[in-house]
Amino acid sequence: MAEEEVKVFRTWSSPFPLRVIWALKLKGVEFDTVYEDLSNKSPLLLQYNPVHKKVPVLLHNGKPICESLVILEYVDERWKQFPLLPQDPHERAKARFWAKFGDDKVFQSITYGILFKQGKEREEEIPRAMEILQHLEEELKGKKFFGGEKIGLVDLALGWLAYYLGIIEEVIGLKLIDQEKFPLLLQWIQEFSTAPIIQENWPPRDELIAKFDASREAALARELK
Amino acid sequence: MAEIELHGTWPSPYSYRVLWALKLKGIPYEYVEEDLSNKSPLLLQYNPVHKKIPVLVHGGKPICESMIILEYLDETWPQNPLLPSDPYERAVVRFWVKFIEDKGPSAWVVFRTSGEEQEKAVKDSLEMLKTIEEHALGEKKYFGGDKIGMVDIACSGIAHWLQVIEEVVGIKILEPHKFPRLHAWTKTFKEAPIIKDNLPNQDEMLVFFKQAREKLLASA
Repeated sequence: MAEEEVKVFRTWSSPFPLRVIWALKLKGVEFDTVYEDLSNKSPLLLQYNPVHKKVPVLLHNGKPICESLVILEYVDERWKQFPLLPQDPHERAKARFWAKFGDDKVFQSITYGILFKQGKEREEEIPRAMEILQHLEEELKGKKFFGGEKIGLVDLALGWLAYYLGIIEEVIGLKLIDQEKFPLLLQWIQEFSTAPIIQENWPPRDELIAKFDASREAALARELK
Repeated sequence: MAEIELHGTWPSPYSYRVLWALKLKGIPYEYVEEDLSNKSPLLLQYNPVHKKIPVLVHGGKPICESMIILEYLDETWPQNPLLPSDPYERAVVRFWVKFIEDKGPSAWVVFRTSGEEQEKAVKDSLEMLKTIEEHALGEKKYFGGDKIGMVDIACSGIAHWLQVIEEVVGIKILEPHKFPRLHAWTKTFKEAPIIKDNLPNQDEMLVFFKQAREKLLASA
Protein backbone atom coordinates (compact mmCIF):
# COMPACT_ATOMS: atom_id res chain seq x y z
CA MET A 1 0.00 0.00 0.00
CA ALA A 2 1.22 3.50 -0.79
CA GLU A 3 2.42 5.51 2.15
CA GLU A 4 -0.42 7.26 3.87
CA GLU A 5 -0.19 10.91 4.72
CA VAL A 6 -1.81 11.61 8.06
CA LYS A 7 -1.65 15.08 9.61
CA VAL A 8 -3.33 16.49 12.70
CA PHE A 9 -3.90 20.21 13.04
CA ARG A 10 -3.96 21.14 16.72
CA THR A 11 -3.16 23.78 19.31
CA TRP A 12 -0.93 23.02 22.28
CA SER A 13 -3.75 23.56 24.77
CA SER A 14 -7.09 22.49 23.33
CA PRO A 15 -8.51 19.18 24.60
CA PHE A 16 -10.38 18.39 21.37
CA PRO A 17 -7.37 17.63 19.17
CA LEU A 18 -6.05 15.42 21.98
CA ARG A 19 -8.90 13.01 21.28
CA VAL A 20 -7.60 12.52 17.75
CA ILE A 21 -3.99 12.21 18.87
CA TRP A 22 -4.91 9.58 21.46
CA ALA A 23 -6.94 7.62 18.92
CA LEU A 24 -4.14 7.58 16.34
CA LYS A 25 -1.48 6.66 18.89
CA LEU A 26 -3.60 3.95 20.48
CA LYS A 27 -4.02 2.48 16.99
CA GLY A 28 -0.32 2.84 16.24
CA VAL A 29 -0.91 5.14 13.27
CA GLU A 30 1.99 7.37 12.28
CA PHE A 31 1.13 11.01 11.76
CA ASP A 32 2.55 14.52 11.58
CA THR A 33 1.41 17.36 13.77
CA VAL A 34 0.76 20.95 12.74
CA TYR A 35 0.45 23.43 15.60
CA GLU A 36 -1.93 26.31 14.94
CA ASP A 37 -2.07 29.72 16.57
CA LEU A 38 -5.77 30.47 16.64
CA SER A 39 -5.12 34.21 16.86
CA ASN A 40 -3.30 33.88 13.53
CA LYS A 41 -4.86 30.98 11.64
CA SER A 42 -2.89 29.47 8.81
CA PRO A 43 -4.30 29.63 5.25
CA LEU A 44 -4.27 25.83 5.27
CA LEU A 45 -6.51 25.64 8.31
CA LEU A 46 -8.96 28.07 6.74
CA GLN A 47 -8.91 26.01 3.56
CA TYR A 48 -9.42 22.69 5.35
CA ASN A 49 -12.07 23.91 7.81
CA PRO A 50 -13.81 26.82 6.10
CA VAL A 51 -17.04 26.38 8.06
CA HIS A 52 -15.67 26.49 11.62
CA LYS A 53 -12.02 27.53 11.17
CA LYS A 54 -11.17 25.39 14.20
CA VAL A 55 -8.95 22.56 15.34
CA PRO A 56 -8.73 19.64 15.20
CA VAL A 57 -8.56 18.86 11.52
CA LEU A 58 -7.37 15.47 10.36
CA LEU A 59 -5.81 15.46 6.94
CA HIS A 60 -5.68 11.99 5.40
CA ASN A 61 -4.13 11.67 1.96
CA GLY A 62 -5.04 15.27 1.25
CA LYS A 63 -8.67 15.06 2.41
CA PRO A 64 -9.68 17.04 5.51
CA ILE A 65 -12.02 15.74 8.19
CA CYS A 66 -13.33 18.16 10.84
CA GLU A 67 -15.07 17.88 14.24
CA SER A 68 -13.25 15.69 16.74
CA LEU A 69 -15.97 13.07 17.32
CA VAL A 70 -16.54 12.79 13.56
CA ILE A 71 -12.78 12.32 13.17
CA LEU A 72 -12.80 9.56 15.82
CA GLU A 73 -15.48 7.63 13.92
CA TYR A 74 -13.48 8.06 10.70
CA VAL A 75 -10.26 6.90 12.34
CA ASP A 76 -12.08 3.87 13.78
CA GLU A 77 -13.43 2.97 10.34
CA ARG A 78 -10.08 3.40 8.55
CA TRP A 79 -7.81 1.70 11.06
CA LYS A 80 -9.40 -1.40 12.56
CA GLN A 81 -6.82 -2.21 15.26
CA PHE A 82 -7.64 -1.14 18.83
CA PRO A 83 -11.34 -0.55 18.03
CA LEU A 84 -12.86 2.47 19.76
CA LEU A 85 -16.48 1.53 19.19
CA PRO A 86 -18.02 -1.83 20.15
CA GLN A 87 -19.36 -4.19 17.48
CA ASP A 88 -22.93 -4.51 18.71
CA PRO A 89 -25.21 -1.79 17.23
CA HIS A 90 -27.03 -1.16 20.50
CA GLU A 91 -23.74 -0.78 22.38
CA ARG A 92 -22.50 1.54 19.63
CA ALA A 93 -25.63 3.67 20.03
CA LYS A 94 -24.98 3.88 23.78
CA ALA A 95 -21.37 4.91 23.20
CA ARG A 96 -22.44 7.64 20.78
CA PHE A 97 -25.09 8.77 23.27
CA TRP A 98 -22.51 9.28 26.04
CA ALA A 99 -19.98 10.95 23.76
CA LYS A 100 -22.68 13.44 22.70
CA PHE A 101 -23.76 13.88 26.32
CA GLY A 102 -20.18 14.72 27.22
CA ASP A 103 -19.97 17.51 24.66
CA ASP A 104 -23.51 18.85 24.90
CA LYS A 105 -23.91 18.72 28.67
CA VAL A 106 -20.69 18.07 30.61
CA PHE A 107 -18.39 20.36 28.66
CA GLN A 108 -21.00 23.11 28.30
CA SER A 109 -21.84 23.11 31.99
CA ILE A 110 -18.30 23.07 33.30
CA THR A 111 -16.79 25.59 30.90
CA TYR A 112 -19.58 27.95 29.84
CA GLY A 113 -21.68 27.44 32.95
CA ILE A 114 -19.00 27.48 35.63
CA LEU A 115 -15.49 28.44 34.45
CA PHE A 116 -16.68 31.44 32.44
CA LYS A 117 -19.20 32.66 35.01
CA GLN A 118 -19.04 34.07 38.49
CA GLY A 119 -21.24 34.93 41.45
CA LYS A 120 -24.88 33.94 41.41
CA GLU A 121 -24.84 32.59 37.83
CA ARG A 122 -22.02 30.21 38.69
CA GLU A 123 -23.61 29.18 41.97
CA GLU A 124 -26.83 28.28 40.21
CA GLU A 125 -25.04 26.14 37.63
CA ILE A 126 -23.15 24.03 40.16
CA PRO A 127 -26.05 21.78 41.24
CA ARG A 128 -26.92 21.28 37.54
CA ALA A 129 -23.30 20.28 36.89
CA MET A 130 -23.43 17.85 39.79
CA GLU A 131 -26.57 16.23 38.37
CA ILE A 132 -24.88 15.95 34.98
CA LEU A 133 -21.74 14.39 36.47
CA GLN A 134 -23.89 12.00 38.51
CA HIS A 135 -25.04 10.43 35.23
CA LEU A 136 -21.39 9.70 34.43
CA GLU A 137 -20.87 8.23 37.90
CA GLU A 138 -23.85 5.89 37.30
CA GLU A 139 -22.54 4.91 33.89
CA LEU A 140 -19.21 3.81 35.37
CA LYS A 141 -20.80 1.23 37.71
CA GLY A 142 -19.05 -2.09 37.29
CA LYS A 143 -16.63 -0.70 34.71
CA LYS A 144 -12.97 0.25 34.72
CA PHE A 145 -13.38 2.56 31.75
CA PHE A 146 -16.53 3.86 30.05
CA GLY A 147 -15.52 1.47 27.26
CA GLY A 148 -15.41 -1.46 29.71
CA GLU A 149 -12.10 -3.21 30.22
CA LYS A 150 -10.36 -1.04 27.65
CA ILE A 151 -10.40 2.61 26.68
CA GLY A 152 -13.09 3.35 24.09
CA LEU A 153 -14.77 6.22 22.28
CA VAL A 154 -16.51 7.53 25.38
CA ASP A 155 -13.27 7.59 27.37
CA LEU A 156 -11.60 9.60 24.63
CA ALA A 157 -14.62 11.90 24.36
CA LEU A 158 -14.70 12.54 28.12
CA GLY A 159 -10.94 12.26 28.57
CA TRP A 160 -10.47 16.01 28.94
CA LEU A 161 -12.21 15.74 32.34
CA ALA A 162 -9.39 13.56 33.67
CA TYR A 163 -6.91 16.43 33.43
CA TYR A 164 -8.68 19.69 32.65
CA LEU A 165 -11.24 19.40 35.45
CA GLY A 166 -8.47 19.63 38.03
CA ILE A 167 -7.08 22.65 36.22
CA ILE A 168 -10.49 24.34 36.12
CA GLU A 169 -10.97 23.62 39.83
CA GLU A 170 -7.68 25.32 40.55
CA VAL A 171 -8.47 28.34 38.38
CA ILE A 172 -11.86 28.94 40.01
CA GLY A 173 -10.64 27.98 43.49
CA LEU A 174 -13.43 25.47 43.96
CA LYS A 175 -13.46 21.69 44.21
CA LEU A 176 -16.31 20.35 42.08
CA ILE A 177 -16.06 16.60 42.65
CA ASP A 178 -15.22 14.77 45.86
CA GLN A 179 -14.53 11.19 46.92
CA GLU A 180 -17.82 10.87 48.75
CA LYS A 181 -20.14 11.69 45.86
CA PHE A 182 -17.99 10.66 42.88
CA PRO A 183 -15.76 7.74 43.89
CA LEU A 184 -16.07 6.01 40.50
CA LEU A 185 -15.43 9.15 38.48
CA LEU A 186 -12.34 9.92 40.56
CA GLN A 187 -11.14 6.37 40.07
CA TRP A 188 -11.70 6.65 36.31
CA ILE A 189 -9.81 9.97 36.28
CA GLN A 190 -6.87 8.22 37.93
CA GLU A 191 -6.98 5.21 35.56
CA PHE A 192 -7.42 7.24 32.39
CA SER A 193 -4.98 10.05 33.08
CA THR A 194 -2.18 7.59 33.88
CA ALA A 195 -2.92 5.09 31.11
CA PRO A 196 -0.14 4.44 28.59
CA ILE A 197 -0.19 6.93 25.70
CA ILE A 198 -2.73 9.12 27.50
CA GLN A 199 -0.32 10.10 30.24
CA GLU A 200 2.43 11.05 27.78
CA ASN A 201 0.29 13.53 25.88
CA TRP A 202 -1.14 15.94 28.43
CA PRO A 203 -0.17 19.59 27.83
CA PRO A 204 1.99 21.21 30.58
CA ARG A 205 -0.12 21.87 33.66
CA ASP A 206 1.18 25.27 34.76
CA GLU A 207 0.86 26.72 31.30
CA LEU A 208 -2.69 25.40 31.01
CA ILE A 209 -3.61 26.97 34.33
CA ALA A 210 -2.28 30.31 33.13
CA LYS A 211 -4.13 30.00 29.82
CA PHE A 212 -7.45 29.01 31.41
CA ASP A 213 -7.09 31.81 33.91
CA ALA A 214 -6.65 34.29 31.06
CA SER A 215 -9.60 32.84 29.13
CA ARG A 216 -11.75 33.12 32.21
CA GLU A 217 -10.77 36.77 32.76
CA ALA A 218 -11.55 37.53 29.12
CA ALA A 219 -14.94 35.80 29.31
CA LEU A 220 -15.92 37.61 32.49
CA ALA A 221 -14.82 40.95 31.00
CA ARG A 222 -17.02 40.28 27.94
CA GLU A 223 -20.02 39.68 30.20
CA LEU A 224 -19.61 43.11 31.80
CA LYS A 225 -19.85 44.93 28.48
CA MET B 1 -45.21 -5.83 22.72
CA ALA B 2 -44.18 -4.92 19.19
CA GLU B 3 -40.62 -5.72 18.13
CA ILE B 4 -40.02 -2.03 17.39
CA GLU B 5 -41.66 0.96 19.04
CA LEU B 6 -41.17 4.61 18.22
CA HIS B 7 -42.06 6.94 21.06
CA GLY B 8 -42.62 10.44 19.72
CA THR B 9 -44.90 13.46 19.54
CA TRP B 10 -46.84 14.48 16.43
CA PRO B 11 -45.47 18.04 15.99
CA SER B 12 -41.83 17.15 16.63
CA PRO B 13 -39.33 17.23 13.75
CA TYR B 14 -37.06 14.93 15.76
CA SER B 15 -39.83 12.35 15.94
CA TYR B 16 -40.31 12.53 12.19
CA ARG B 17 -36.64 11.94 11.49
CA VAL B 18 -36.97 8.46 12.95
CA LEU B 19 -40.38 7.82 11.43
CA TRP B 20 -39.08 8.57 7.92
CA ALA B 21 -36.01 6.39 8.41
CA LEU B 22 -38.21 3.48 9.50
CA LYS B 23 -40.53 3.92 6.52
CA LEU B 24 -37.73 4.46 3.99
CA LYS B 25 -36.22 1.16 5.10
CA GLY B 26 -39.58 -0.60 5.24
CA ILE B 27 -39.19 -1.49 8.92
CA PRO B 28 -42.47 -2.31 10.65
CA TYR B 29 -43.00 -0.49 13.91
CA GLU B 30 -45.58 0.62 16.41
CA TYR B 31 -45.93 4.32 17.14
CA VAL B 32 -46.55 5.57 20.67
CA GLU B 33 -47.62 9.20 21.06
CA GLU B 34 -46.16 10.67 24.24
CA ASP B 35 -47.63 13.54 26.25
CA LEU B 36 -44.67 15.71 27.19
CA SER B 37 -46.71 17.71 29.70
CA ASN B 38 -47.35 14.46 31.56
CA LYS B 39 -44.44 12.14 30.84
CA SER B 40 -45.20 8.45 31.03
CA PRO B 41 -43.25 6.26 33.48
CA LEU B 42 -42.18 4.25 30.43
CA LEU B 43 -40.60 7.30 28.76
CA LEU B 44 -38.78 8.20 31.97
CA GLN B 45 -37.54 4.63 32.19
CA TYR B 46 -36.38 4.56 28.55
CA ASN B 47 -34.73 7.99 28.57
CA PRO B 48 -33.80 8.76 32.18
CA VAL B 49 -31.05 11.19 31.23
CA HIS B 50 -32.95 13.56 28.93
CA LYS B 51 -36.59 12.48 29.43
CA LYS B 52 -37.20 13.36 25.77
CA ILE B 53 -38.55 11.92 22.58
CA PRO B 54 -37.88 10.32 20.22
CA VAL B 55 -36.97 6.98 21.74
CA LEU B 56 -36.71 3.87 19.62
CA VAL B 57 -37.28 0.64 21.49
CA HIS B 58 -36.03 -2.50 19.76
CA GLY B 59 -36.62 -5.82 21.48
CA GLY B 60 -37.16 -3.96 24.72
CA LYS B 61 -33.89 -1.99 24.50
CA PRO B 62 -34.17 1.79 24.16
CA ILE B 63 -32.06 4.00 21.90
CA CYS B 64 -32.20 7.78 22.40
CA GLU B 65 -31.21 10.86 20.34
CA SER B 66 -32.73 10.98 16.85
CA MET B 67 -29.53 11.01 14.78
CA ILE B 68 -28.02 8.26 16.92
CA ILE B 69 -31.19 6.24 16.30
CA LEU B 70 -30.69 6.77 12.56
CA GLU B 71 -27.12 5.44 12.74
CA TYR B 72 -28.47 2.43 14.65
CA LEU B 73 -31.18 1.81 12.05
CA ASP B 74 -28.64 2.07 9.23
CA GLU B 75 -26.35 -0.47 10.92
CA THR B 76 -29.11 -2.90 11.77
CA TRP B 77 -31.16 -2.63 8.54
CA PRO B 78 -28.71 -1.88 5.71
CA GLN B 79 -31.34 -1.67 2.93
CA ASN B 80 -31.86 1.81 1.53
CA PRO B 81 -28.76 3.10 3.28
CA LEU B 82 -28.87 6.57 4.81
CA LEU B 83 -25.09 6.82 5.00
CA PRO B 84 -22.64 6.32 2.13
CA SER B 85 -20.22 3.41 2.37
CA ASP B 86 -16.98 5.35 1.90
CA PRO B 87 -15.47 6.43 5.25
CA TYR B 88 -14.55 9.91 4.00
CA GLU B 89 -18.06 10.51 2.59
CA ARG B 90 -19.49 9.25 5.88
CA ALA B 91 -17.35 11.77 7.76
CA VAL B 92 -18.70 14.57 5.57
CA VAL B 93 -22.27 13.44 6.32
CA ARG B 94 -21.57 13.28 10.06
CA PHE B 95 -20.00 16.74 9.91
CA TRP B 96 -23.19 18.23 8.50
CA VAL B 97 -25.40 16.25 10.87
CA LYS B 98 -23.46 17.75 13.78
CA PHE B 99 -23.65 21.19 12.20
CA ILE B 100 -27.43 21.13 11.95
CA GLU B 101 -27.76 19.58 15.43
CA ASP B 102 -25.66 22.39 16.93
CA LYS B 103 -26.92 25.34 14.85
CA GLY B 104 -30.44 24.29 13.87
CA PRO B 105 -31.98 25.04 17.28
CA SER B 106 -31.43 28.79 16.74
CA ALA B 107 -34.64 28.70 14.68
CA TRP B 108 -36.42 27.39 17.77
CA VAL B 109 -34.92 30.21 19.82
CA VAL B 110 -36.57 32.60 17.33
CA PHE B 111 -39.81 30.79 18.09
CA ARG B 112 -39.40 30.94 21.86
CA THR B 113 -38.21 34.54 22.31
CA SER B 114 -38.83 38.18 21.47
CA GLY B 115 -36.89 41.44 21.39
CA GLU B 116 -33.09 41.40 21.41
CA GLU B 117 -32.84 37.69 22.11
CA GLN B 118 -35.02 36.94 19.11
CA GLU B 119 -33.04 39.33 16.89
CA LYS B 120 -29.83 37.52 17.73
CA ALA B 121 -31.50 34.15 17.06
CA VAL B 122 -32.69 35.39 13.65
CA LYS B 123 -29.11 36.40 12.83
CA ASP B 124 -27.81 32.99 13.95
CA SER B 125 -30.46 31.24 11.86
CA LEU B 126 -29.55 33.26 8.76
CA GLU B 127 -25.88 32.41 9.25
CA MET B 128 -26.74 28.76 9.60
CA LEU B 129 -28.77 28.77 6.39
CA LYS B 130 -26.03 30.66 4.56
CA THR B 131 -23.41 28.08 5.54
CA ILE B 132 -25.61 25.23 4.38
CA GLU B 133 -26.45 27.06 1.14
CA GLU B 134 -22.80 27.75 0.38
CA HIS B 135 -21.04 24.64 1.62
CA ALA B 136 -23.36 21.70 2.07
CA LEU B 137 -25.73 21.30 -0.84
CA GLY B 138 -23.76 22.08 -3.98
CA GLU B 139 -25.70 21.34 -7.16
CA LYS B 140 -27.11 18.07 -5.85
CA LYS B 141 -30.79 17.18 -5.80
CA TYR B 142 -30.58 16.01 -2.21
CA PHE B 143 -27.80 16.38 0.37
CA GLY B 144 -27.47 12.62 -0.08
CA GLY B 145 -27.03 12.98 -3.85
CA ASP B 146 -29.69 11.24 -5.94
CA LYS B 147 -31.46 9.80 -2.94
CA ILE B 148 -32.48 11.10 0.45
CA GLY B 149 -29.73 10.58 2.99
CA MET B 150 -29.01 11.32 6.60
CA VAL B 151 -28.31 15.02 6.10
CA ASP B 152 -31.60 15.52 4.26
CA ILE B 153 -33.45 13.97 7.17
CA ALA B 154 -31.41 15.98 9.69
CA CYS B 155 -32.22 19.24 7.86
CA SER B 156 -35.91 18.49 7.51
CA GLY B 157 -36.77 21.11 10.12
CA ILE B 158 -35.76 23.68 7.51
CA ALA B 159 -38.06 22.10 4.93
CA HIS B 160 -41.26 21.89 6.91
CA TRP B 161 -41.05 23.43 10.36
CA LEU B 162 -39.23 26.68 9.59
CA GLN B 163 -42.24 27.94 7.61
CA VAL B 164 -44.45 27.39 10.64
CA ILE B 165 -42.02 29.25 12.90
CA GLU B 166 -41.82 32.10 10.38
CA GLU B 167 -45.59 32.42 10.25
CA VAL B 168 -46.06 32.23 14.01
CA VAL B 169 -43.45 34.93 14.76
CA GLY B 170 -44.11 36.98 11.60
CA ILE B 171 -40.49 37.01 10.42
CA LYS B 172 -39.35 35.60 7.06
CA ILE B 173 -35.99 33.89 7.38
CA LEU B 174 -35.60 31.51 4.42
CA GLU B 175 -36.10 33.95 1.57
CA PRO B 176 -36.01 32.08 -1.78
CA HIS B 177 -33.89 34.70 -3.56
CA LYS B 178 -31.31 34.67 -0.74
CA PHE B 179 -31.16 30.88 -0.49
CA PRO B 180 -32.10 29.53 -3.93
CA ARG B 181 -30.50 26.09 -3.54
CA LEU B 182 -31.94 25.50 -0.10
CA HIS B 183 -35.33 26.74 -1.20
CA ALA B 184 -35.33 24.34 -4.16
CA TRP B 185 -34.28 21.52 -1.84
CA THR B 186 -37.18 22.17 0.55
CA LYS B 187 -39.59 21.64 -2.35
CA THR B 188 -37.81 18.54 -3.63
CA PHE B 189 -37.59 17.02 -0.16
CA LYS B 190 -41.27 17.51 0.64
CA GLU B 191 -42.30 15.98 -2.68
CA ALA B 192 -40.14 12.89 -2.23
CA PRO B 193 -41.87 9.52 -1.90
CA ILE B 194 -42.56 8.52 1.71
CA ILE B 195 -41.79 12.06 2.93
CA LYS B 196 -44.75 13.62 1.16
CA ASP B 197 -47.19 11.15 2.66
CA ASN B 198 -45.75 11.54 6.14
CA LEU B 199 -45.68 15.20 7.04
CA PRO B 200 -47.57 16.73 9.97
CA ASN B 201 -50.45 18.92 8.84
CA GLN B 202 -49.25 22.52 8.60
CA ASP B 203 -52.55 24.10 9.63
CA GLU B 204 -52.67 21.94 12.74
CA MET B 205 -49.04 22.78 13.46
CA LEU B 206 -49.77 26.50 13.12
CA VAL B 207 -52.49 26.25 15.75
CA PHE B 208 -50.30 24.15 18.03
CA PHE B 209 -47.20 26.33 17.77
CA LYS B 210 -49.15 29.61 17.98
CA GLN B 211 -50.64 28.45 21.27
CA ALA B 212 -47.27 27.20 22.49
CA ARG B 213 -45.61 30.54 21.77
CA GLU B 214 -48.39 32.47 23.51
CA LYS B 215 -47.92 30.32 26.60
CA LEU B 216 -44.14 30.77 26.52
CA LEU B 217 -44.27 34.54 26.23
CA ALA B 218 -46.95 34.78 28.91
CA SER B 219 -44.79 32.89 31.40
CA ALA B 220 -41.59 34.76 30.49
